[in-house]
Amino acid sequence: MPESKHGDVMVRAVSKRFIIGDGEVEALGRIDLRIVQGQFVCLIGASGCGKSTMLRIIAGFEEPTTGEVLVDEKPITGPGSDRGMVFQDYALFPWMTVRQNIGFGPRQRRLPRREVEQISDEFVHLVGLERAANRYPNQLSGGMKQRVAIARVLANHANILLMDEPFGALDALTREQLQGELLQIWGRTRVTIVFVTHSVEEAALLADRVLVMSAGPGRIESDIELDLPRPRDVSSPEFNAVRRDLARRLTSHLMPRRALQTESAVS
Amino acid sequence: MSEQVTAFPETSQPALADAPVAARQRRRTFARLRATALGAGFPLLLVLLWDRAVAITGTRLIPSPWEVAVMMYDFSFGGIYDDAFSGTILTHIWKSMTRVYGGFFLAAVIAIPLGLMIGRLKILRQLLDPTINLLRPIPVTAWLPLSMIFFGLGPNAAIFLVFLGAFYPILLNTMFGVRSVDVRLFEAAAMLGCSGSAMFRQVVLPASLPAIFNGLRIAHGFAWILIVVGEMTGVPTGLGSVVMDGRTLSRTDLVITGMIVIGVCGFLTDRVIVLVSNRVLQWSPQHHA
Repeated sequence: MPESKHGDVMVRAVSKRFIIGDGEVEALGRIDLRIVQGQFVCLIGASGCGKSTMLRIIAGFEEPTTGEVLVDEKPITGPGSDRGMVFQDYALFPWMTVRQNIGFGPRQRRLPRREVEQISDEFVHLVGLERAANRYPNQLSGGMKQRVAIARVLANHANILLMDEPFGALDALTREQLQGELLQIWGRTRVTIVFVTHSVEEAALLADRVLVMSAGPGRIESDIELDLPRPRDVSSPEFNAVRRDLARRLTSHLMPRRALQTESAVS
Repeated sequence: MSEQVTAFPETSQPALADAPVAARQRRRTFARLRATALGAGFPLLLVLLWDRAVAITGTRLIPSPWEVAVMMYDFSFGGIYDDAFSGTILTHIWKSMTRVYGGFFLAAVIAIPLGLMIGRLKILRQLLDPTINLLRPIPVTAWLPLSMIFFGLGPNAAIFLVFLGAFYPILLNTMFGVRSVDVRLFEAAAMLGCSGSAMFRQVVLPASLPAIFNGLRIAHGFAWILIVVGEMTGVPTGLGSVVMDGRTLSRTDLVITGMIVIGVCGFLTDRVIVLVSNRVLQWSPQHHA
């Protein structure tokens, strides 16, 4: 397991405007944010609040209109293997087997074949997909696909895991299982995780810190540190109090100005 | 299981209930046999209609299937007419194949990389797209005079015509294939450290392969269609030239023989392409033809 010593994210005065048709939509107002290495941060907010845009800017898929993002004090210039994105719809390479998908990053680094295979096997094992290692993505369930997607970025030594509603398309049981596995993996690797969700429950279960965003233009409305002990007991009164608090903050920020769904227009 | 069993009454039911695997296998064999019987039966029916039509009308312009069969035998093995065409089938097939596949592979080698680049690079698309759409509607036959000036009499003109016919389906399907790849795959590849020409080789090309194979299959059909036109350019051998010779000599049996051989060659080679594409695209759920 690679020991991650990096993964500091600094978002400095970032804003984003999209041109849609003749108009301009302010997706993100000015955002300043620092995420320290190893932190599990959840971004929650209603659709259109710019949380996915924020994530895509950190990933380097979108350029901010103003401001900059620094990772370990260096400004980013585009997508990079230090930041691994896990998409809601998996985005696995359908022509590659599970093992080949996981080995894709190491292959890009032109490691010797033996080493690529060794890394692939290691991360296939990490997400428990030994028996499906030679299957193609279309032969996998949603939960298995998302495991591959997570293993794929970890195999590439990503210090920062960017997750865009990764469990949104899964059934409740699989979601719960994957949440547990993600926490385990995070505990072992200590990567930084920025996790976009619209589920208050999910944020309360996973995060060290929750950023509640609101729309028009997107901004961070609350920044809450959760000091619930782990593993978290979803039936405890403390957990419920946190969940209620998050839900209250989320709904109180719901603005009527959601006519232009910037998020859906971009994603 | 039982309602599937009743679908074919000629097999004994108790045995099937005991061995559902065997039943399923037998069912599959039966379905395959039926497909073959239906697929082969229809052309036989057409031959029968042809035979009857010739007999009833008493025409002398169209030979009967039997006369064509005799011609086919002579064309294949000789020993009946002993003329210039007797026993020459392999030479003609071989010559035609060199032209069909010369043009086809040349088209693929140029159209696939070009299509990948046009699909991916906006500036190239803006530069070339109008020209492509302007040249595309021009019938290949219209190029015949020019191709004879460019390449003279002989096989090169034929290869050029086949190339032209095969080029556009491959190019357009490749462009379409690239354009319809989920952008997330490019993003995923970029974040995993893939860029530049590696992106073309490792992501753009494989992601577009289903569309490229569709293009290849269509183009391959065109390549065989164009062999007659291609071999109008004054080449002495080839299936197209056999058909043209038959026309000049008013030998309809030869013309039909040539037509059938072209059809069979096109059919068999198309099966090869389907086999290859099913093998290469076994990862793609929507492709299996």
